[in-house]
Amino acid sequence: MHIAEGFLPPAHAVAWGVASAPFVVHGVRSLTREVKEHPESTLLLGASGAFTFVLSALKLPSVTGSCSHPTGTGLGAILFRPPIMAVLGTITLLFQALLLAHGGLTTLGANVFSMAIVGPWAGYAIYKLLRRYDVPLMVAVFFGAFLADLSTYCVTSVQLALAFPDPSSGFLGALGKFGSIFAVTQIPLAVSEGLLTVLVMRLLVQSSKGELTRLGVLLAKKQSRTESEAVAR
Amino acid sequence: MSRNTKINLLLLVVVAALAVLPLALGLGDHKEQPFTGSDGEAETAITEIEPDYEPWFSPLYEPPSGEIESALFSLQAALGAGVLAYYFGLRRGRRQGEERALERLGGAKSAAGRVAEESPAERS
Repeated sequence: MHIAEGFLPPAHAVAWGVASAPFVVHGVRSLTREVKEHPESTLLLGASGAFTFVLSALKLPSVTGSCSHPTGTGLGAILFRPPIMAVLGTITLLFQALLLAHGGLTTLGANVFSMAIVGPWAGYAIYKLLRRYDVPLMVAVFFGAFLADLSTYCVTSVQLALAFPDPSSGFLGALGKFGSIFAVTQIPLAVSEGLLTVLVMRLLVQSSKGELTRLGVLLAKKQSRTESEAVAR
Repeated sequence: MSRNTKINLLLLVVVAALAVLPLALGLGDHKEQPFTGSDGEAETAITEIEPDYEPWFSPLYEPPSGEIESALFSLQAALGAGVLAYYFGLRRGRRQGEERALERLGGAKSAAGRVAEESPAERS
């Protein structure tokens, strides 16, 4: 999903930067508030950022015969809500743009928009929706992470198709072209990301119940329900 | 092995299988260069659509070789994995410490039952 340095025309680069900036600023505010009000969550915030670091460095082969990487933004979005991921995702993208020549500064706005804004929000939205209908936690986490990953690559395809419409088939033709490169490649990787996020969430449930309850991922109410069920048996 | 551990291992095995299968089945064989990055393929697609397009900005720093680049990617993954491992190690250690402290309290005082009741509230 990294649009390479200089590969978006200046007008597009500026527009995506302008679109992303308020989300990142708002995210920085949410992050500082979270750290100030709940200093104990710093560690888990670090772990969420670390998860994005690991997953976006893992380039995996896919069914299309090319390689791509997951994003790792679903976990943090589910734990801390999407604004925080706008910051953690931007940090990851900056690291890659500056040290790895992967992505770039001129395309940072567009890449932040896909990976650190739309991805986390899409994943969080489907997670919340599924939870509202009492879907089990781990199933909701899987689809949250899956969609955060896949939607990121769909946005990248749209961004490139907007910048480079096909001379004969136009925007839709280009969207099909970029979509077949990014979105199709990404489907199995999004499944992998979903499974890895479920794994980390399972480890968190085993190790950090108190923290997850405070963040609203585990419900205090639900715990007492399972307790009473256990008593009833 | 507990049921939890088995499920966790199974998740890892499925992820590994998803990564290995495309290679094992030779799904990249139809390409001149199999398993290149999709980001690079997008660049190629851009130059197909607009052959005249020239990137107007180049990276400030570019790793001088593929080796250096992969080293930096490994560094990124290692940093992340290190922080994650620190987090889970710390949690586990804290929980074991708490349990041990409770046991000690339980052995020393007859009021152990009361302490044990209070502890879940303390933890959350």
